[in-house]
Amino acid sequence: MLSFLNYLISGISLGSIYAIIALGYTMVYGIAKMLNFAHGDFIMVGGYAIFTCMITLGMNPFVSILIAMGVCLLIGVGTEKIAYKPLREAGSPLAVLITAIGVSYLLENLALLIFGSNPKSFTSVVSWSGLTLAGGQLRIQGVTIVTIVVSLAVLLVLQWFVHGTREGQAMLAVSQDRGAATLMGINVNHTITLTFAIGSALAAVAGALLCSAYPTLTPYTGAMPGIKAFVAAVLGGIGSIPGAMIGGIVLGVIEILARTYISSQLSDAIVFGILVVVLLVKPTGILGKNIQEKV
Amino acid sequence: MSLLEVNDLHVYYGVIQALKGISFHVEKGEIVALIGANGAGKTTTLHTLSGLLRAKQGTIRYRDTDITKMPGHKIVTLGMAQVPEGRRVFPDLTVLANLKMGAYTRRDKAEIEETLKMVYERFPRLEERKNQTAGTLSGGEQQMLAMGRALMSHPQLILMDEPSMGLSPLLVNEIFDIIQKINSDGTTVLLVEQNAKKALSVANRAYVMETGMISMEGKAQDLLENPQIQKAYLGE
Repeated sequence: MLSFLNYLISGISLGSIYAIIALGYTMVYGIAKMLNFAHGDFIMVGGYAIFTCMITLGMNPFVSILIAMGVCLLIGVGTEKIAYKPLREAGSPLAVLITAIGVSYLLENLALLIFGSNPKSFTSVVSWSGLTLAGGQLRIQGVTIVTIVVSLAVLLVLQWFVHGTREGQAMLAVSQDRGAATLMGINVNHTITLTFAIGSALAAVAGALLCSAYPTLTPYTGAMPGIKAFVAAVLGGIGSIPGAMIGGIVLGVIEILARTYISSQLSDAIVFGILVVVLLVKPTGILGKNIQEKV
Repeated sequence: MSLLEVNDLHVYYGVIQALKGISFHVEKGEIVALIGANGAGKTTTLHTLSGLLRAKQGTIRYRDTDITKMPGHKIVTLGMAQVPEGRRVFPDLTVLANLKMGAYTRRDKAEIEETLKMVYERFPRLEERKNQTAGTLSGGEQQMLAMGRALMSHPQLILMDEPSMGLSPLLVNEIFDIIQKINSDGTTVLLVEQNAKKALSVANRAYVMETGMISMEGKAQDLLENPQIQKAYLGE
């Protein structure tokens, strides 16, 4: 029973990381109506930025994360402005999608060029060793607790931002009707840029937590979690912020439990099997709405 | 000097020319109707005025400012609002949030509250339903919400695109009454309508559009009595 609880907690923790990544996916999808498949690689960029600041330059972990958020923000906004915006304005969603995949390869290979293919051994950004409960039988690592707390805090701040601020209201308007939003006086391009900035900065946070929990960093570190977070976003209902959170945690728990009780080799297959089932049974996800086609 | 002056406007969708050099003007305080069949370019004209589409040639002057190349979100700040075709309210937001969105460009909270009170007076049903999401409203209520939302920016000129579309005859009368009231409160109205009879009965002047050009213009009363118009647009 205690070991189950242990696995459940590490599932929630892994799921919280997926959730933070999925938030970036889902916000960009909701507002810019595109899937940024390079989003997973922003995590890797964040990971290397923290590695460089914290380990190579010996800076404070917290400052390192802030710098990594800045780096990811610049890369996210820059990618949007240079690669996605011209294609979006040309009205070609498929070209944007393919370009996103191209950006993903570009970032991975740039990292390969700069940092090499040898995995870097990451030091946890959380120095707290954690809690020991139930007379030493239940040990929860510090990074696990921090991950869960951070992701909940991110969710709350985002919900407040979207529903309580002027810029957040503009995001809601743009996500529902871009043309009508312009007629309200909302600068749609500015709103999309802001969304990319938030999503990319969150990817750096996810990078810090991911590399602290699984401390090897390679140019491909972000690829798999990125795709799984995409599954999480679809599972929760793409475009929905609470949906991304729920989808992420559900996926993390299923992955860890499947790895423990079914098969460690099959756990990824089970995760992607869930995507197939969701698309078949409820294509709009857990919190997604049924969108009526209007004529 | 006219409030709105459009000169030789050419607009394309890709290679298809939707507007072939139209010119018209709207004076302060007027209701001007733009009538014509489906595909004549009426909605294209309004979209270009609001900056959702770009003109290839020609100029648009509003309140003595050239807005031909101005981004759509900036045009709103000059006091031009649009009630778009098909209402296009934000379906997942409440009625109140939709109205507040209309005041997005305004900063003074007290003034916004004042306008909100005025809108609720004009549309009491919106106040009754202020906490309901806009998607759950009836077509007529959504039309009122779209109008109220446009009024929230406190415009001098309001562009209305097919406000009577899909509404019952009773509601159509109500909507046109409201348009006249909005106008008598001091807001200039440019009205695009397929319901030519109704539009001409409330307008001061009107332009008739045909395949991207203006084919006729004049006082609304004269057009109502024009046998050619009666035959083509009024079904008489």
